[in-house]
Amino acid sequence: MASSPNSYRNMPDERGHFGDYGGRYVAETLMPLILELETAYRAAQADPAFQAQFDDLMAHYVGRPSPLYFAERLTEALGGAQVWFKRDELNHTGAHKINNCIGQILLAIRMGKRKIIAETGAGQHGVATATVCARFGLPCTIFMGATDVARQQPNVFRMKLLGAEVVPVTSGAATLKDAMNEALRHWVAHVEDTFYIIGTAAGPHPYPELVRDFQSVIGKEARAQLMERTGRLPDLLVAAIGGGSNAIGLFHPFLDDASVKMLGVEAAGHGLDKQHAASLAGGFPGVLHGNKTYLLQDEDGQIAEAHSISAGLDYPGIGPEHAWLKDTGRVEYTSVTDDEALDAFQLLCRTEGIIAALEPSHAIAAVAKRAKEMERDAIILANLCGRGDKDIFTVAEHLGVAM
Amino acid sequence: MSRLSTAFSKGRPALVCFITAGDGDTAANLDALVAGGADVIELGMPFTDPMADGPAIQAANLRSLGAGTTTRDVLLIANEFRDRHPDVPLVLMGYANPMIRRGPEWFAAEAAACGVDGVICVDIPPEEDDALGPALRENGIDLIRLATPTTDTARLPAVLEGSSGFVYYVSVAGITGLQQAATASIESAVARLKGATELPVAVGFGVRTPKQAGAIAKVADGVVVGSALVELCDKLDAPEHLAKLTASLAEAVHNARQLA
Repeated sequence: MASSPNSYRNMPDERGHFGDYGGRYVAETLMPLILELETAYRAAQADPAFQAQFDDLMAHYVGRPSPLYFAERLTEALGGAQVWFKRDELNHTGAHKINNCIGQILLAIRMGKRKIIAETGAGQHGVATATVCARFGLPCTIFMGATDVARQQPNVFRMKLLGAEVVPVTSGAATLKDAMNEALRHWVAHVEDTFYIIGTAAGPHPYPELVRDFQSVIGKEARAQLMERTGRLPDLLVAAIGGGSNAIGLFHPFLDDASVKMLGVEAAGHGLDKQHAASLAGGFPGVLHGNKTYLLQDEDGQIAEAHSISAGLDYPGIGPEHAWLKDTGRVEYTSVTDDEALDAFQLLCRTEGIIAALEPSHAIAAVAKRAKEMERDAIILANLCGRGDKDIFTVAEHLGVAM
Repeated sequence: MSRLSTAFSKGRPALVCFITAGDGDTAANLDALVAGGADVIELGMPFTDPMADGPAIQAANLRSLGAGTTTRDVLLIANEFRDRHPDVPLVLMGYANPMIRRGPEWFAAEAAACGVDGVICVDIPPEEDDALGPALRENGIDLIRLATPTTDTARLPAVLEGSSGFVYYVSVAGITGLQQAATASIESAVARLKGATELPVAVGFGVRTPKQAGAIAKVADGVVVGSALVELCDKLDAPEHLAKLTASLAEAVHNARQLA
């Protein structure tokens, strides 16, 4: 474990490293563009007009701030700490993904890029990207594994309605990892005029940093809202982790509040001894998709296929800042199986009338375990990062219901 | 003089041939490349996620991994090649993760012990040189960097710093095996590189035919052919096909400047 830094909030360093993790592991063809993106992002950060445009779209297009909600009946049912939810599932397009897409498309426009590409797994990031492309009138190409195209038809249709071209990727296992490979291949060949909107807080520097910054609106709002409502900080933050963008967005504004504990929840799939997507629990450091981080891989560095019932968590890597936060011990990471997430999904439906996505259902499962072990005046704040409409077919299938 | 510098000092352009390790009978295929006249061998290390490669080399990676190829197998192939061909330079090409999985020092030492002359790592740019470069240099292995059409003049010194063996100029912004760049743009790019380094410059990506290879050899120190050879590894009697194509490529490359 590394020694405790004075602040956990000043990463990455100037080379884009979070301790040993992160960096810019890309082919030379992309390197000049990656450097240009960093320059453009620094200029945008210093430009009040950029922030003002971002804030305006957040307020009037996305619908922010999202509510902070005290889950009274869930709290009663669990019989422990108070459970509060940040309601990012109420955003336009139904998930936190839109926060990042707004930020990145504004950057793309600043840089004069005329075409947008993105990868998607379940289709949530694809829908969010297609949405902002429609909003700003830029052509949009979404790379999606052919397996995912087949099992996520409603989102494929949404993307097409929004004017995006959806390219089914047949290489590898034809899921999210392969979609990202194909997006990178396309980008290398169209680097002059194309901007790649990466969907999570991973990839080459500066993506992990800028995605985190755009998603930090979640934690900043939640912090102010909870202080206003209760006059205090939470005791525990909980968020689900695939690549980790909603979690880092919630955690980052609280990292230097020593009293606030944090719990990231990976997808344990069928179980950590079987097929899963828990890179921190079951992986080793390595290099993939532009950054160094924990990866599910074999002893030769070949990348394993991840599995989770939640397509949004179904990725064999994790954002590099989480890798660093794990090693420093600042954030605790745990994992939740498919079955536990399904139980939590139903629990929230019945106690609060909220159909959450399978991604935050992993967080809710962890909340249920922890709340019981905490005092009744303690506060848990969890992020509901997406709504579950997209998942009802998957859930029905697992519950044995024909639709 | 190292094997690599000897290969580029024969008074004629060099032919660099790439195939993926573990895709078919690699020993026989490598012997066919040498018999056909290859001056330098690039041996691809298979990876599950070859994101700089086009369909032909992606498929070769999958075939190799599907056959169970491990890193030790790749090193064994290299070691046996070195025994059979003491003078032909051998370069390992691949992606960062398999190279650093057991630590860069382990990889560099093993590669050196197996007679490997150089390493090309697609996804370690000079900015991340620490991840592999120092270990290679300590073990006397050349680190061959890629320069591309997007590598501008300001950036070029960083790419050349710490490079050795030769410079691999990627002639198109794209993935392996598909597009083909105009010879005129290659000529000016090579001239720019040669103005900045003493190292030989080999040109690759999208070079498939003897005619293309010959045209590039007029302006570069070496020509790299990959996908067109890799596609033959999947055929029956692959060594015969490989020897035949390599011979015609070698003739075009080696004689390119005499015809001018």
